[in-house]
Amino acid sequence: MFGWKGTILRVNLTDGSIKKESLDLKDAYMYIGGRGLGVKILTDEVDPGIEPLSPENKLIFMTGPLTGTMAASPGRYEVVAKAPLTGTIGGANSGGHFGPELKFAGYDGIIFEGRAEKPVYLWINDDHVELRSAEHLWGKNTFETTDQLLKETAEDARVACIGPAGEKLVLFATVMNDKHRAAGRSGMGAVMGSKNLKAVVVRGTKSVDVADPEAFYKACVDARRKLKEHPVTGTGLPMYGTEILINILNQVGALPTRNWKDGGYFEYAEEISGEAVREKYLVRNKGCFGCSIGCGRVTRVPEGKYKSFGEGPEYEAGWALGASCGVRDLAAICKANFICNELGLDPITMGATIACTMEMYEKGIISKEEIGMEAPFGNADAIVELTRMTGLREGFGDKLAEGSYRLASSYGHPELSMSVKKQEMPAYDARGIQGMGLEYATSNRGGCHVRGYMTSPEILGIPVKLDPLVTKDKAKWLKTFQDLTAVVDSAGICLFTTFAIGLPEISAMLKAAIGWDYSDEEVMKIGERIWNLERMFNLGAGFTKADDTLPPRLLNEPLKTGAGKGKVVELDVMLKEYYEVRGWNEDGTPTDAKLEELGIR
Amino acid sequence: MASGKPDGQTVMNKVLLLSPEKCIGCRTCEIVCSFSKIRAFNPRISRVSVFSFEEMAISVPMMCMQCEEPYCMKVCPTFAITRTEEGVVAFDEKKCIGCKLCISACPLGNISFSHVEGKIAKCDLCGGEPKCAEFCPSGAIEFKEPVPSAIERKKAIAEKFKELFGEGNE
Repeated sequence: MFGWKGTILRVNLTDGSIKKESLDLKDAYMYIGGRGLGVKILTDEVDPGIEPLSPENKLIFMTGPLTGTMAASPGRYEVVAKAPLTGTIGGANSGGHFGPELKFAGYDGIIFEGRAEKPVYLWINDDHVELRSAEHLWGKNTFETTDQLLKETAEDARVACIGPAGEKLVLFATVMNDKHRAAGRSGMGAVMGSKNLKAVVVRGTKSVDVADPEAFYKACVDARRKLKEHPVTGTGLPMYGTEILINILNQVGALPTRNWKDGGYFEYAEEISGEAVREKYLVRNKGCFGCSIGCGRVTRVPEGKYKSFGEGPEYEAGWALGASCGVRDLAAICKANFICNELGLDPITMGATIACTMEMYEKGIISKEEIGMEAPFGNADAIVELTRMTGLREGFGDKLAEGSYRLASSYGHPELSMSVKKQEMPAYDARGIQGMGLEYATSNRGGCHVRGYMTSPEILGIPVKLDPLVTKDKAKWLKTFQDLTAVVDSAGICLFTTFAIGLPEISAMLKAAIGWDYSDEEVMKIGERIWNLERMFNLGAGFTKADDTLPPRLLNEPLKTGAGKGKVVELDVMLKEYYEVRGWNEDGTPTDAKLEELGIR
Repeated sequence: MASGKPDGQTVMNKVLLLSPEKCIGCRTCEIVCSFSKIRAFNPRISRVSVFSFEEMAISVPMMCMQCEEPYCMKVCPTFAITRTEEGVVAFDEKKCIGCKLCISACPLGNISFSHVEGKIAKCDLCGGEPKCAEFCPSGAIEFKEPVPSAIERKKAIAEKFKELFGEGNE
């Protein structure tokens, strides 16, 4: 088989059975792999009304046909399940080396069902697949777990695991692979924890074949050349990592500050920027499997009370624990970010939930006694300690572990949670970037930036510059971004490639890899199909048009400074257009005609 | 030889120069190497391997260094391994009996056995255009002449002298 390996593992944790099933080729052609195929399998097999942390949920690890090849940045895989944080379809994408290794072992993906009675891990060594006890690993952090597992399996294996946060069902727990890479958002780690599944360890020695090696090579060389030549993927990201965005977003007045209440300008942004990371703490750049960008940062805080070593922070993590909490101490941000990696927490939701706590503390809604410490904005110790307490569900951390929406609601102030569908929005103030507002409101996994990254055209001018303050045409653009992103997440390559390459290059790699003669238009249709299927899952889970909204702060409180001064997100007008552009009814449900056109019904 | 004569020099003078301090651990070299050998992707048959030492934040690419006095060649009972005029320690599949003594003999551990191809696997410099160097995104693997002025570590030390003793306008 070409591109795909043709086999999916089905592991029933309740009865311990392991089956090797043939990949359904019809589904594979229609949904590609990764996110798309994961969502297809989940919607086929799981009732959207189930409780996400119950044994009825399934946890799916899925690679794409380009994973493990020499395509542009080909190290990705997706984890899919119904999400505990939002109740929507869940999914998170990660790089590193784990996804490719799963392909080399001979599998496109793994479906986990049920719930193990006691902690287990799955050991895959090519054809040999077995469940083993993980009782001795329970309670260990992701680093200790990875080291121990490599010792007892094979030193050249790859590990994806959960930390204490996943075990303790923190609603925004991550699945961590290769120690530092996270399938970060929507709480996939909690689903893994609910199944008593501590880790997946894989070692593979097989080859990934492509249908037309010469055409594939040519397409990859072309894509890689474009990545090298582009200022973002060739210079900006290698030089400063994703944190390069801190100063850029601050300059345009769209860096959300102090739980978004102080608008889009953080006066200490430079101190927490990518430039500062490079100058003070960068040890080395790091790349995921086969990646020519290498945006990863190996960082060390060499001394002081936040002395630490790890990877990151990425832009959204640096913002969430930094500007969003009013914290200017880069060492503390690094330390809190490393704790997120070690305990297995999504740093975006973590930082945003602490920011929400800080606002409630300053407003007198939560007391120092309840939190166990003073927690005004800017308290660097607080972000470090509260992160640790959350990962272990210690003290007030037990409340933070539910995310900002449930936390703020429990105090009668849901409006102070900067979330959409209960997932915290990341680092782009949508009042100053209107299209991002529409993306947050419509993203199928709640507040999220990586499923329709409108910041690219609206701020960075890629592929063309759009005025971030107007609503015109944003719906149309967002649809294109969302559909293409669904293709990228399903193909097994990194979203960052799309700064430099687009549909023609991605299609060329895909077509040559799997040997299917798609037109570019058909490839986009796949993306649209995935988006609509995710939407159908969410409608089945009880979501309605009323959920496609934003926190009142973004709709009612104008920005105080910057280019967007005086602006709120003009969501109503964009949302109406968006439903039209998507071919959906006025209530946000896909029409029968649309579902038939896409082959969903 | 396909190329490499920009200033009248032949490729035989070029070597793979490794700069682990630049390596980002992406293993692009492994994946393109496997493709150039088997037209498929499989790091385990790659002639180059990247070793990452997490806690020290360093990754090191390793491959055959085409020794001037190859032990693998000396130990080979069927004379399947020779050193070509171009400086490649080459291996002749037809003469090889698969005894694998060369794997044991290499003091650097840079010969392996490819389970996919069923034969000895070692770097052959891709006929003068090594793919690992061509695709390495960070410059950790370069293919060039090892003349003093081309070795960056040497140049870096020289620059320290420049900083210490340099005079004039800068």
